[in-house]
Amino acid sequence: MSSVTATATTHVHAKPKSQSGVWSWITTVDHKRIAVLYFVTAFFFFVIGGIEAVLMRVQLATPNNTFVDARTFNALFTMHGTTMVFLALMPLSVAFFNLVVPLQLGARDVAFPRLNAFSYWVFLLGGLFMNSSWLFKAAPDTGWFGYANLTSRAFSPGHSVDFWMLGLQFLGIASLAGAFNFIVTILNMRAPGMTFMRMPIFCWMTLVTSFLLVLAFPVITVALILLTFDRFVGTSFFIPQGGGDPVLWQHLFWIFGHPEVYILILPAMGIISEVLPTFSRKPLFGYPFVVYSGVFIGILGFGVWSHHMFSVGLGPIADSVFAITTMLIAIPTGVKIFNWIATLWGGHIRPTTSLLFAVGFIAMFIIGGLSGIEHASPPADLQQTDTYFVVAHFHYVLFGGTILGIFAGLYYWYPKITGRLMDETLGKIHFWLTMIGFNITFFPMHLLGLWGMPRRIYTYDKGLGFDTLNLVCTIGAFIIVIGTLALMWNLVVSLKKGKVAGPDPWDARTLEWSIPSPPPEYNFAVLPTVEHRDDLWERKQAGLGPIPQPPNAHVHMPNPSYWPLVTAFGMLIFFSGLMLSIYMAIFGFAFTIFGIYRWAFEPAS
Amino acid sequence: MSASAAAADEHYTSTGLNNRKMVFWAFLGSECMFFGTLISTYLIYKNHSLNGPYAHDVLNIPLTSFSAFVLLMSSLTMVLALASVQRDNVRGAKIWLASTAGLGCIFIGNQIYEFTHFVTHEGLTLQKNMFGASFFVLTGFHGAHVTGGVIWLTTLLVMAFKGKLSSKNSLDVEIAGLYWHFVDIVWIAIFTLVYLIQ
Repeated sequence: MSSVTATATTHVHAKPKSQSGVWSWITTVDHKRIAVLYFVTAFFFFVIGGIEAVLMRVQLATPNNTFVDARTFNALFTMHGTTMVFLALMPLSVAFFNLVVPLQLGARDVAFPRLNAFSYWVFLLGGLFMNSSWLFKAAPDTGWFGYANLTSRAFSPGHSVDFWMLGLQFLGIASLAGAFNFIVTILNMRAPGMTFMRMPIFCWMTLVTSFLLVLAFPVITVALILLTFDRFVGTSFFIPQGGGDPVLWQHLFWIFGHPEVYILILPAMGIISEVLPTFSRKPLFGYPFVVYSGVFIGILGFGVWSHHMFSVGLGPIADSVFAITTMLIAIPTGVKIFNWIATLWGGHIRPTTSLLFAVGFIAMFIIGGLSGIEHASPPADLQQTDTYFVVAHFHYVLFGGTILGIFAGLYYWYPKITGRLMDETLGKIHFWLTMIGFNITFFPMHLLGLWGMPRRIYTYDKGLGFDTLNLVCTIGAFIIVIGTLALMWNLVVSLKKGKVAGPDPWDARTLEWSIPSPPPEYNFAVLPTVEHRDDLWERKQAGLGPIPQPPNAHVHMPNPSYWPLVTAFGMLIFFSGLMLSIYMAIFGFAFTIFGIYRWAFEPAS
Repeated sequence: MSASAAAADEHYTSTGLNNRKMVFWAFLGSECMFFGTLISTYLIYKNHSLNGPYAHDVLNIPLTSFSAFVLLMSSLTMVLALASVQRDNVRGAKIWLASTAGLGCIFIGNQIYEFTHFVTHEGLTLQKNMFGASFFVLTGFHGAHVTGGVIWLTTLLVMAFKGKLSSKNSLDVEIAGLYWHFVDIVWIAIFTLVYLIQ
């Protein structure tokens, strides 16, 4: 890495230099700062998605309610799903990838720091683009899966589907860029001695997730391109009158969509695989099995998509094959669950908030998994499809699984980035309110579904037997809201008033706990040499302690850069232009190319 | 792409593979899924047309064979360009980079001719039938990739003329080469599946 001053003077534009203030955040390429940006932005979208959910629950609290109309309700469930999947859960996981992966690997940053910043800016601008549809009264209302031919011009005139289709395309760029970055970071930037089988599980799950992203996203990219041609150019890819086949959309969507499910859950599985051993004071039981199960889940994830389509009528052979592959996934998932339980078994358990959420994950995820296996059987699925039973199922895996896992990680790693512990009392209030509220909200949906209440209806009649339990669900939703407020309060007050954490507040196992909290910009002045799995733990057991790091070291780090933001902004203009005017699109495209060129020829360090 | 970036590339990596090369392989993996999906869509839809013209009415195999030959030869010149850069042969680098970009331009020119001919003489448009839609989108995205490659090669050519291309940053050329060969291989698949096996 050459000296900063020598390259800066030869450059046309002055390079950003500030270390603090707004400008330093805009130009940052530091993975830890990008993690914070990701977290704050994704949490903001999580709150928006939550508000959408609460509005739906208010509407459904009583029969024949008129709180919102049918059109608004459609928009609410579409944007709730889209927001939670693409703007909340995925980026919350990415926030942890950014914060934790380089630290656990013993690296100074990700492989491509500017690409990392670019991912964030595309995510932010894509999220704002998608949500700006509310301001134009054109919120997407065709479901987060956007089934054809509801998305055609004939059935969805106006811009609602355009916002969804272009917004997802835009956000896909962020996910792909991030995935490329983490694949190379994990394969190439492990500390000396860290073989794959010494690598922390969270890094393993990030690696599997990144491969899923890289291979699954191009499929939805093509599907969205074809839809764009249908809507803007007048082709008939998904329009039966012109010879197109709406079922192709379903195939393409779910070839992406099912790996996407594992993209959402594997990071959370990685998180709790770090949390459980730390608070049980035992190594993770069956580490290789947990690793291989994660890889196996990832591979199988590409062979099960049609279980989302049993009701299409694909024929007995296709249905049988996809039923069997789907049931197979229960094996690696079960292996993981048994390994987690065995990790807890006989351990010196410290019931911190983080551990409570991790244990909550196991319990809730088992329930979600069991209802999932029921859907794997086509005859059972035909009864359950499009009912609230399915809604109950996927909230048990995505809320009971992913969100609880993310909360476990939040309490666990918050001290690493802020230097202060979160408040445990508030944390436990948050945990119990969330667990109780969650089960009150979603468990009754199993019953409602089996009793025949369909999904995606904006209201229901009196006397169908749905009244009481719907009210119960709505009450549960408000308990979750109170729990989430406790979390938000905790996040804010602990920043200033939390107990000072020190480098290793949990007596933990992996390399991120061997350096100060918050870590210096360069993370490791001396790259650690790894000799064991859970290297820090082994060193502590041997009485060695962490590898000493000289304070105030001078390590050349990558320069800040504004070109990632400029490039992302060009893309925003391009995608907006596709809706508004072709000249704007061309300008945006040229602007993007300009940004890429400046970026490519800017010295990285 | 600068000297300092190239210097950073020589840093230690766990696998011994260069970071930029590895990320590019991952990108190409992603591109395989992209073109795989487009080709599958074409194969599913080619017989879904409600009216003509159909594939066997319009596809001009002699012309496209020439295009395919041109693109294959451009992979050869790409290899020669990289070899020249690695040996600090600036003159060779200029000649072979220019040849590769030039052959790419001939390919694109042929495609523009083909598309124009289909629209004006055969009445085949994106909106005409399913064959037209899936054919134009598939080959059009391939053509866009070739165009991107030509722009990339031209950038390298400009760098060569400015004296900024040497064995130190031959990786810049190598990665462009990976992209170019990939686009070439995709064309072999498209030529076989779309043109030869109708």
